[in-house]
Amino acid sequence: MEPHYPLFYTFHFYLFGVIGLTSAIAFVTRKSPVAAALWLVNTMFSLAALFVMLDAEFIGVIQVFVYAGAIMVVFVFVIMLLNLGHPREFAYARGKRWKLVAGVVGLVLLAELMVISRGGLPPSLVVPPGYNQQQLQELNAVGRIAKPLFNEYLLAFELTSVLLLVAIAGAVVLGRGKAVRAS
Amino acid sequence: MLAESLALTAALFTIGVIGVLVHRNAIIIFMCVELMLTAVNLTFVAFSRFYGAPGQVFVIFVMTVSAAEAAVGLAIIIAIFRHRQTINLKDINLLRG
Repeated sequence: MEPHYPLFYTFHFYLFGVIGLTSAIAFVTRKSPVAAALWLVNTMFSLAALFVMLDAEFIGVIQVFVYAGAIMVVFVFVIMLLNLGHPREFAYARGKRWKLVAGVVGLVLLAELMVISRGGLPPSLVVPPGYNQQQLQELNAVGRIAKPLFNEYLLAFELTSVLLLVAIAGAVVLGRGKAVRAS
Repeated sequence: MLAESLALTAALFTIGVIGVLVHRNAIIIFMCVELMLTAVNLTFVAFSRFYGAPGQVFVIFVMTVSAAEAAVGLAIIIAIFRHRQTINLKDINLLRG
């Protein structure tokens, strides 16, 4: 079902996959929040590269803007604001027994996900070959996403704006201090 | 490349779950949740090659929700820190039975 990929493509796909995976492992084993955040940025970048290679150029750009740009900057900013980079706060990890339990849970989950992903796709839903390329030429990389977003999923899109408004209001209410509330 | 993408997704999601279970630092737990959300995005993108581009619309929604979640969650962390001077989950056990 899958077409034959050139060696150049396959090599870079595996390269970015390995970079993302090792960065994620490095991220989860760090004790310092700052180092963890920077490794996570590395993971986000390699995932953006994978998105571009999987014919989702717009999503790749948005990934860099939103995740690697906005969200991770907010994380690092909060770490800086709360002054959390000190070594005395590093001893936060749980004990050995808890780590063992987490490892077993992780292995079981990984096995489950692998088995599920072996299930394959229902062939009736698969688009005909060349359909994506044809759509990419008719609409462009952005229009391919924008068209369904503003037609079939318009209601969900509008509700998302309400969600963002509520989140902004909630963040402001939670973030302001007691001094403001007293006046 | 579909099988490889799904395997990578499974691995990244599992790393996120293990991170949530192992760490006690609230900020690192939050970052693990972000990692899980991004891993799911990779599934959407990988499937959208075979099911058509509308799958990528859901990635936009997931990103919006995760941005909102990060804003509110970090505001909660700041509020907790202002109150207790710590973000170690060991010390935040008011609801413990």
